[in-house]
Amino acid sequence: MPLESIGKFETKRLGVLNERGEADPDLMPQLSEEEIRRMYELMLLARVFDERAVALQREGRIGTYPPILGQEAAQVGSAFALSPGDWVFPSFREMGVHLTLGFPIAQLLQYWGGDERAQKAPEGLNIFPFCVAVGSQIPHAVGAALAVRYRRDPAVVVTYFGDGATSKGDFHEGMNMAGVFKLPMVFICQNNQWAISVPLKTQTATTSLAQKAVAYGFEGVQVDGNDVFAVYRATREALEKARGGGGPTFIECLTYRMADHTTADDAGRYRPPEEVALWRERDPITRLERFLEARGAWTPQRRVEAKEKAARVIDDAIREMENVLPPAPAELFDGVLAALTPRQTGQKKGL
Amino acid sequence: MAQLNMVQAINQALAYEMEHDDRVVLLGEDVGRDGGVFRVTEGLIERFGSERVLDTPLCESGIMGAAIGMAAYGLRPVTEIQFMGFTYSAFEQLFAHAARVRSRSRGRFTCPLVVRTPYGGGIKAPELHEESTEALFCQVPGLKVVVPSGPYMAKGLLLSALRDPDPVLFLEPTRLYRLIREEVPEGEYVVELGKARVARAGGAVTVVAWGSMLERVLKAVDGYDAEVLDLLTLSPFDIGAVLASVRKTGRLVIVHEAAKSCGFGAEIAATVAEEAILHLRAPILRVTAPDVPVPLAKLIDHYLPGPQQIRGALDEVLQY
Ligand SMILES: Cc1ncc(C[n+]2csc(CCOP(=O)(O)OP(=O)(O)O)c2C)c(N)n1
Ligand SMILES: [Mg+2]
Repeated sequence: MPLESIGKFETKRLGVLNERGEADPDLMPQLSEEEIRRMYELMLLARVFDERAVALQREGRIGTYPPILGQEAAQVGSAFALSPGDWVFPSFREMGVHLTLGFPIAQLLQYWGGDERAQKAPEGLNIFPFCVAVGSQIPHAVGAALAVRYRRDPAVVVTYFGDGATSKGDFHEGMNMAGVFKLPMVFICQNNQWAISVPLKTQTATTSLAQKAVAYGFEGVQVDGNDVFAVYRATREALEKARGGGGPTFIECLTYRMADHTTADDAGRYRPPEEVALWRERDPITRLERFLEARGAWTPQRRVEAKEKAARVIDDAIREMENVLPPAPAELFDGVLAALTPRQTGQKKGL
Repeated sequence: MAQLNMVQAINQALAYEMEHDDRVVLLGEDVGRDGGVFRVTEGLIERFGSERVLDTPLCESGIMGAAIGMAAYGLRPVTEIQFMGFTYSAFEQLFAHAARVRSRSRGRFTCPLVVRTPYGGGIKAPELHEESTEALFCQVPGLKVVVPSGPYMAKGLLLSALRDPDPVLFLEPTRLYRLIREEVPEGEYVVELGKARVARAGGAVTVVAWGSMLERVLKAVDGYDAEVLDLLTLSPFDIGAVLASVRKTGRLVIVHEAAKSCGFGAEIAATVAEEAILHLRAPILRVTAPDVPVPLAKLIDHYLPGPQQIRGALDEVLQY
């Protein structure tokens, strides 16, 4: 047998909006003016939420918080493409997804304030609790997708995770199962290029994360994660494919963690300020504003107004969060099991 | 002698051993450039280089498994798992392999590995950052479990663990990292594994604790004629020291921050019941967390055993 090639692979990168805010007309997804306005407002909402959350932590009004600064396009753009019946299995750094899907804002803050009651998603919103153990949510999404298929439902299951999570065994196991069973799933990697102090190049020897999908037998695509239109387009296509029985897709949103890992971290210890400055220039919100400005749909005043509007919404949520009565000690026992064990019953009485 | 906190004491032990034994290597997430999320490994990559201090990808099972291979090859790996809650994805490597390399290969290969991880509650951190599931690990034969209660003990115990021929889980009580400062000798000293310490002498009741609960117990027993044992090693635990104290006092209270059911207190109580039941003048009491998952910040103070509960148990056994 000669030495022959048995496979050739390529990985594509999608960008729609360049850094000057010019959209490629061939790739621009179909979006109404109203939808674009809504995306812009959601990205600003996410930005203001994040600023306020960091400030609240500094003031001791909530606990440790993981900022989403810089990842607004990757989160809003992808969540914007979802349909109401779809399921989401997030990590812990996708508050922009929650905001886009209408998760109660006060609850997000309440959770980061150390109150687990806030993890209860409202009825009708199929979003699983935050997953703190990195990457371990990925197989859950696989299982939900198996159930979707079993029930012949039109839903698609989406899971979000970071670049660091792609190093976990659960990522491999979940991706592999999704490929084997050709499941209605979309894997959305928020590649913000850092996992605490560990840079992407220590996470993987591959040139992209998207190419990993090849090894599981389905398509992977890298998108410019600071380009809300590219993220939206890639997600919508992947969702349509999944809904039509075409199987899973892996989307790598190449973005950047502009802030510290969490409010307990100091990124100045391990990454060069020039790198952060470079990415600050690539701010996803500014890019969308350039696009809107060229169409005569944006002025600096517009940002001020939209920010004020977002700030009012967030400030109301902060008030609401701070008016929530702290949990009673007996609530420790809520929901551990459907019914308390005899010992738990005794412990609850003895509190 | 310098007054050090536990972070500094552990750092000193690691540095000392790396200086004197080139088989010692560290691996884990953020242990190099960042010096670990609690700064326990600060300065070590600068001093010993990136071949001996490995910043790994995010992969607890991989870290643990790789450390087993290193140990079998003759190195002395030290893994840092960022929080105890993240050891869970490495259970297979730890339970099915690290603990069995010696027995499975009938001693042809061994696994002198130290797994360091911050553990315990009271730091108001996110979920899975305040676990204390030490009893799980104590059920696995072939694994040792060590819990220092302060800087001095931490350094001496870690030096012993680093020289131990078998795998040791070294649990670092997170709440104590910077809470206590003690005199810590600069050079070498070891604290033997498997030995408890009388942290306070007394005659009327024995209180057994470890880790961050020891600090609470020592405060709570003020005014009581209580003997406080700092267990230090949970597996194998110092049965002799517990029995000797209980035979003297006739009363036993065990305090741990883990949930009650199947917590390590159960093992101690059962052992005392087997060996010294006729010396007991009161039932053995356990002061523990309730059987619920470790809560977030808003409820953590109601979860961890407090001084009132500890004193309540003391009163109960003393008035029995
Ligand atoms: C299994 C596990 N190991 C370690 C941690 C501690 N930790 C929290 S976030 C993080 C980095 C995650 O990186 P990435 O997946 O890129 O997500 P990002 O934080 O960048 O959003 C680490 C190591 C954890 N939460 N879970
Ligand atoms: Mg990341």
